[in-house]
Amino acid sequence: MSEIKQTFNSSLGKKLIMALTGLFLCTFIIVHVGGNLLLFSGDNGFGFNVYANFLTHFPPIEVIAYLLYLSIAVHALYGLILTVKNRKSRPVGYAVQPKATASWSSKNMGLLGSILFLFIVIHMGDFWFKYKYTNTVAFKEYRTDLATGKTTESAYTPVSADFNHSVSTENNVEIVRLKDLHARVVYSFSQWWYVLFYVIAMGALAFHLLHGFQSAFRTLGWVHRKYTPIVYAIGTWFFAVIIPLAFAAMPVYYFFVYAK
Amino acid sequence: MNGNMNLTLKVWRQKNSQTAGKFVTYKAENISPDMSFLEMLDVVNESLTLKGDEPINFDHDCREGICGMCSLYINGHPHGPKQAITTCQLHMRTFHDGQTITIEPWRASAFPIVKDLAVDRSAFDRIQQAGGYVSVNTGVSTDGNAIPIPKVIADEAFNSATCIGCGACVAACKNASAMLFVSAKITQLGLLPQGQPERYRRVQSMVAQMDEEGFGSCTNTGACEAECPKEIKLTNIARMNNDFFSAKLFREEEIHEESHGG
Repeated sequence: MSEIKQTFNSSLGKKLIMALTGLFLCTFIIVHVGGNLLLFSGDNGFGFNVYANFLTHFPPIEVIAYLLYLSIAVHALYGLILTVKNRKSRPVGYAVQPKATASWSSKNMGLLGSILFLFIVIHMGDFWFKYKYTNTVAFKEYRTDLATGKTTESAYTPVSADFNHSVSTENNVEIVRLKDLHARVVYSFSQWWYVLFYVIAMGALAFHLLHGFQSAFRTLGWVHRKYTPIVYAIGTWFFAVIIPLAFAAMPVYYFFVYAK
Repeated sequence: MNGNMNLTLKVWRQKNSQTAGKFVTYKAENISPDMSFLEMLDVVNESLTLKGDEPINFDHDCREGICGMCSLYINGHPHGPKQAITTCQLHMRTFHDGQTITIEPWRASAFPIVKDLAVDRSAFDRIQQAGGYVSVNTGVSTDGNAIPIPKVIADEAFNSATCIGCGACVAACKNASAMLFVSAKITQLGLLPQGQPERYRRVQSMVAQMDEEGFGSCTNTGACEAECPKEIKLTNIARMNNDFFSAKLFREEEIHEESHGG
């Protein structure tokens, strides 16, 4: 066995993979939540649709996207491998369960991760897959009068089957034609059980990151009297409070405010 | 009324590592609150012996909290419900009259049960032998204070050196991970000048042996730190990780580059 292989097969090496993929996913959700804040821009999804189109058609983003899917798969797979190994390390359990010597989230990372994995599968199936590989997402045309800045919208039926988007200007009117992912968002978030599932998943995300973010730094060995409190603060307030709240606000806003 | 207590004990009895074990309930009567937990078990064992029963087998040695021999998972806590003490330092005044106390052995595949509550912790010895030492040349002994060491470093190394290797960290960990123990041993030597020559070789061999023994991995829950009778800090695990990754990924073990073909 080569040395690199040996390193990543050791118990610490497997945790290193968990930490690195986990932190990469943390950086991803910052971008994801930032971009999705366009849902609150009140422009009937114009900005959001342009953003969705950019993400799916800009080559460097596509490369990072595949790296991202790989990270999710590896993070989940290694989580499973480690859990199985850890269970084997204690084949006979205790009759009396230990009481509150560790935080709830740290003891339930596997459960929280499983909820998140299920969420990611459903979430990607409903938006990413339908957007990229099916014709279930209709097209829309936005006409912006460049003199007044007013935008009007209408449905658009593409003439050719492989049309994906176009931007043109005629008579001082900018015409943008692209897939209307926003309509899909409106539709999905009009169903109460869907909204509930998203909110629950974001609760799981909050608790997963509450432990996961700072734990990754511990695994990497980056513990320092001066900086660890900062890592804890970022992990708690930014990753476990602000980001999940912002994500959860989207379905809630669409269900209660936008649909009315 | 002398303040003595009557207790119900649920004790794990297992003949040897090959046979299945089970819980057996015993009455511990007229127990003084000033007794240690092990003395209480001595009293129970005495009555069992007098009745002609097999006494409960449990590990113990110094009975003053420094040898690391006693174990026992008492009511969901290694070394009982109190912080920073071993089972031998746990007194019966911690419990109340009529209480039921469940006593289990450490549970880990790397710690097979020898008999009843005693487990085989020689896995720890093998980890220690894999690298938990410093090599010292014979000859004239150097003065102890010849190498200056900052006090904070000396203190930190000493704090880690207080680990008695009892295995409570493994018992407390949901993954039966030995990382608190291993990292304490690595830190104790790795922080001091005398431990430097073997520092990166040590961390690799000790971690390899730890994996070999079948201990689980670390989820950084902190359960080990909370239950450690010697209050060994979780920081040690991060320090061990840092040394391990540094050794594996960045240090050169061979000075000369291998020749490629030619």
